[in-house]
Amino acid sequence: MHEMSLIAGLFEILEEKAREHKARSVTAVRLRVGTLSGAVPELLETAFDMYKKGTLAEKAALVTIAVPVKVRCRACGSEFEVDDYVFHCQFCGAADLEILSGTDLLVESIELETEDETPA
Amino acid sequence: MKRKDVEVYEDILKSNVAAAAEVRRRFREQGVLVVNLLSSPGAGKTTLLERLIDRLPPPARLAVIEGDIETERDAERIRAKGVPAWQIQTGGACHLEAKMIGRLLGELPSDLDFLFIENVGNLVCPAAFDLGESLRVVLLSVPEGDDKPKKYPKAFLTAQALVLSKADLVGLLPFDPERARGEALEINPSLAVFRVSALTGEGLDDLVAYLHLARAGLAAEDGRHA
Repeated sequence: MHEMSLIAGLFEILEEKAREHKARSVTAVRLRVGTLSGAVPELLETAFDMYKKGTLAEKAALVTIAVPVKVRCRACGSEFEVDDYVFHCQFCGAADLEILSGTDLLVESIELETEDETPA
Repeated sequence: MKRKDVEVYEDILKSNVAAAAEVRRRFREQGVLVVNLLSSPGAGKTTLLERLIDRLPPPARLAVIEGDIETERDAERIRAKGVPAWQIQTGGACHLEAKMIGRLLGELPSDLDFLFIENVGNLVCPAAFDLGESLRVVLLSVPEGDDKPKKYPKAFLTAQALVLSKADLVGLLPFDPERARGEALEINPSLAVFRVSALTGEGLDDLVAYLHLARAGLAAEDGRHA
């Protein structure tokens, strides 16, 4: 279970973005979780709920979006979703595939709560 | 109070990615091949290292970083072979991270040929963390079963080499090396596969030759970038 470490990385990004946008809190987080990211969405959500207490994202919910493994064949150019972790081209059989998505954990978007701008 | 949506599209591992890049840059500059060893507990990582040390005698210059949740035991085994070893005790964490390696940069000798990092025994979590290695080697031991690659695909996908360890037990246990190899190659067709026994010595020479080649490749790559 390394989800807690991953969530710590997520909070570094949340704090950075909140500072950048002068926000007081984060109210929602959308996270794209690749099938081959090595993390489990439910465990990420649990870790997020444990970690957020007393932070700027205390009221936020983590929404995870499952991202399948998509590849492009360098031999024939076909793009397809990998099935059963077989990294051979489904069309030409070549073994030289470029992974396009599905291996990482990307913060897609966040919702921030900012102060009303006070007229100067 | 106003709410606004902000698009981010950033990897939550980005601070580890940055730390790993720094470790990789530093060791490549110095011509050190950094090898990250991954496996379940008890697959034979430390024993394999002991045998590799025997086959990489001076003038090859070696150092080892051992990752464990607790105890200094593995580092002591390596030091007993006359090789400097650093033990990282993660105190509960199930994997090493690049920052932990980064903290040791000042202490490690700079005139090395090989730096082996033995990760915490676990096929899941260590797979997600780049340590700045140039070579990731995953071990799968015969007693674990030949059906493991598809159960832990990320470890096999991100490795460059697979060591089927405890090969002396093939035939004694229901483990089909061809099934293990085939399944691992479905996940990662470019994986170099070695059948190794630390007891009989089977496969060790091939693995050592592969390590030398990988280190030579490092220098060739630097040449291209120069």
